[in-house]
Amino acid sequence: MTRLAHRLIALPLGFLSACAGNQNAMGGQGLESANFIVLFLVFLAVCAVMYLLVLAGLGIALRRRRDAGQANSVDEDRHEETSARTKVALIVWTGLVTVGLTILTVASFFSDRSNASSTRRSGLALTITGNQWWWNVQYDTSDPSASVRTANEIHLPVNVPVHVTLKSNDVIHSFWVPNLAGKQDLIPGRQTDIELLPRRTGVFHGQCAEFCGVQHTRMALDVIVEPLDDFRRWYAQQLATAPAPTTRLQMAGYRYFVTRECSSCHNVAGSPAGGQIGPDLTHVASRRSIGAGTLPLNRGNLYGWIADPQSHKPGSRMPTIPMEPRDLHSLVAYIETLK
Amino acid sequence: MSSALEKAKAPPADVPRDGPGLSGPVLEARLARTWGRPRGLIGWLSSVDHKDIGRRYIVTALTFLALAGALALIMRLQLAKPENDLVGAARYNEIFTMHGTTMMFLFAVPVMQGVQIYLTPLMIGTRAMAFPRLTAVSFYLYLAGGCLLWVAFILNIAPDIGWFAYPPLSGPQYGVGKRPDIWAQMVTFTEVASLAAAVTLIATILKQRAPGMSLARMPLYVWTTLVTSLMVVFSMPAVALASSLLLSDRLVGTHFYNPAEGGDALLWQHLFWFFGHPEVYIIFLPATGFVSEIVATFSRRSIVFYPVVVLSVVATGILAFGLWVHHMFATGLPRVGYSFYTAASISVSIPTALQIFCWIATLWEGRPRLQVPLLYVIGFIITFVIGGLTGVMIAAVPLDLQLHDTYFIVAHFHYVLIGGAVFPLLGAITYWFPKFTGRMMSEKIGKLGFWMLFLGFQLAFFPMHVAGIYGMPRRVYTYPAGMGLEWPNLLSSLGSLVVALAVLLFVLNMVRSALGGRRAAANPWDGSSLEWATQSPPADYNFAHIPVVESRAPLWGSRDHLPVVHGLRVDDRELLLTTVMDAVPDVREPSAQPSPWPFISSVAISVMFIGSILSPWALVVGAIPATIAMAAWFWPKGPPELEPTIS
Repeated sequence: MTRLAHRLIALPLGFLSACAGNQNAMGGQGLESANFIVLFLVFLAVCAVMYLLVLAGLGIALRRRRDAGQANSVDEDRHEETSARTKVALIVWTGLVTVGLTILTVASFFSDRSNASSTRRSGLALTITGNQWWWNVQYDTSDPSASVRTANEIHLPVNVPVHVTLKSNDVIHSFWVPNLAGKQDLIPGRQTDIELLPRRTGVFHGQCAEFCGVQHTRMALDVIVEPLDDFRRWYAQQLATAPAPTTRLQMAGYRYFVTRECSSCHNVAGSPAGGQIGPDLTHVASRRSIGAGTLPLNRGNLYGWIADPQSHKPGSRMPTIPMEPRDLHSLVAYIETLK
Repeated sequence: MSSALEKAKAPPADVPRDGPGLSGPVLEARLARTWGRPRGLIGWLSSVDHKDIGRRYIVTALTFLALAGALALIMRLQLAKPENDLVGAARYNEIFTMHGTTMMFLFAVPVMQGVQIYLTPLMIGTRAMAFPRLTAVSFYLYLAGGCLLWVAFILNIAPDIGWFAYPPLSGPQYGVGKRPDIWAQMVTFTEVASLAAAVTLIATILKQRAPGMSLARMPLYVWTTLVTSLMVVFSMPAVALASSLLLSDRLVGTHFYNPAEGGDALLWQHLFWFFGHPEVYIIFLPATGFVSEIVATFSRRSIVFYPVVVLSVVATGILAFGLWVHHMFATGLPRVGYSFYTAASISVSIPTALQIFCWIATLWEGRPRLQVPLLYVIGFIITFVIGGLTGVMIAAVPLDLQLHDTYFIVAHFHYVLIGGAVFPLLGAITYWFPKFTGRMMSEKIGKLGFWMLFLGFQLAFFPMHVAGIYGMPRRVYTYPAGMGLEWPNLLSSLGSLVVALAVLLFVLNMVRSALGGRRAAANPWDGSSLEWATQSPPADYNFAHIPVVESRAPLWGSRDHLPVVHGLRVDDRELLLTTVMDAVPDVREPSAQPSPWPFISSVAISVMFIGSILSPWALVVGAIPATIAMAAWFWPKGPPELEPTIS
């Protein structure tokens, strides 16, 4: 049904649908997103009928043949006359509109109920905390030592219901991964939540959807939905502390990291760097992007980002710190070990 | 005492009054002397003529439209291609904040109120507004608020927090400098201005209608004016409260919106949208009034089912106050509560659907002539209905959670606000232009401009629906390639250029026609309402004799013999007040003379408001000159027994 729905909606949207990316409300890879497609189609159909009725009425009203004998001026006695047919039409139109809108209201209600009820049994819980302008991700477990902390990237097992608790450390943000579900705000002083049920594997993209300051634009995150085994492997790897640096260059980078500005904001588990202000970097090299989706993660971008984050993400909380080329070189070598 | 009262009720019999003995050019010359304004700059600043004030309102609002439109073009240029770097992040945030704030607070509401101030007394057959000096203050405060915002923009201290200014982003901790204060104080200016205009309009409509114009005979445009003015009175206090609390959080360290100290960030959203949603209808309902007037005149028949249209307007005005939570579906409020707001939001489209039926039925039953004002109405129906239907879509929680804060919403509300309000407004300007200026606008340029605007608009805004579905959030200064957003954005940017050209063409047509257009007769379109009974442009006193209304279409019912009443003073400004329901003549009421004090009071109040951005003490110190100015304004001019009495 949903696949058919997807096709039907893709057709009128024409060739554009072919180039849609992985941040798409018509993706339908999660339960809520699939419900969205069905409901959107129902609304589109009812609304299209209403619109065509209005256009038809307007078109006929304008092109209707008039009595040729009638003068061009207003008829003083008859300008308020209304035919009986029009009165009937008013009643029919009111009935049609009311019935159409009632159908839509009821459909909306049931779709909402389906979203709210079918993911009640959560298999996985995580807490996402919004910060200007990045996402802190914490996998909640009853055993704190089994809890993984990461940033700007979420891995989810396919077909497992997920309960996400949403918080904010500063201003209001909004969590939105359109391929999986609708959005939910992160509000300071409150706790909100959202249920996700990914149905298909893939790499999806999410983005902050509430204006949250200068770099609202560059506050994205990657969501990787994978088979349960892959997820377990990833989780175990994330749970481990960072590997110790081995080469001389990596050692130099490590020393720079833990003794200079880096460690006052960033945490690398297993090292003395324990800053909590910025994203956790324990396994940063295993992620897909830098700077909350600003740049794809690769060696060149790491150099660029560390040397001058302010030119890539102006206003970012990460300052541009002047450093010697050899420090930069060693720092990148060290960070690349943080897999 | 009783004799003094008697005297006040029945002024001396020897004062000159209009009537069979005093009419024609002699009467007109004497009325012109009584109702004219002093010469020179002082006279200009002293004017209390609703036509002067309305015209100033309209011209100022259109200027702000042009400025905010230019900002829109800059945004479209920036978004024309992915990862563009024409405008930086911080500047872009300022620009979209200025665009939204200017359009909502400095263009849309004021332009509607300006037209209302100009037209209402003419349409109900009176000579002035109920509180002419308050109307003047309303304009000066509005102008001051607009200047505050735009001077701040030039000085690079403009707000960058969005037109909705959600705390904590706009609060003391994250809203740096004076930017949010300037935004909040601009809101104070405009809300005082529009409240002043609204109470004046309500009093004028309820008490100054021509004899015989019972509520059931009131022109539909006046009905929409009455309903929107009441909406202003009930909704503006919410935003006044919200922005005052924000200013006090920022200025004196209260914690209304600070969750860390027991405040609540969501409080702002409730207060803001309790105003913000009705505001949309404050902009839209006057536009439906334009449409009703234009459709009737150009179909050459009265609107079909007048009571249905009136009740629809009233119902929309009431329902508009029960929808605000649909702006907050993503904030995590209880889900059961959401379904009520879904039902309410969907049901508000029923009265609008009825109005659309009535307009189409009127065209159907009448004999439409396709001139420019009617073209704009047709463009309005075709465009606005799309916006209304996407509105139905986003009333549903599961759809809104995806579409909220994406370009789908940007498309939706531009369809509603440009399609639903600006198209009718341009039609209305074309329609009433002969009344405003005494000259007709060019039909040929008007038609070309309409088609450019209509098609350019669709090109600019339809692709935004697609961009939103493809995951483009609002308020982003750029977007990455590969999301499918390249084509929709490029098309939108091209469309925006066409829209800009069309607007330019409209303005050129206005200027050209105002200077050298064809001269207009009193009633060039064969309209039915009272503003067409007086010359174009109207004299300072509007009507030589106050007309008497015997039907809903007074000029169609009694074409060449519009009955009038006699007996108003011609040596002093005097109005005829009538009863609220049936418009039976009630009392004669003196009307205020021109005075520079409203202007001086506005300057004093503006200094106080702007000063309070810098220090709360400005409210204390600034109140002194404001009080002095207003004391001078209200100083009694004669012995108490000659002051107006309510009998």
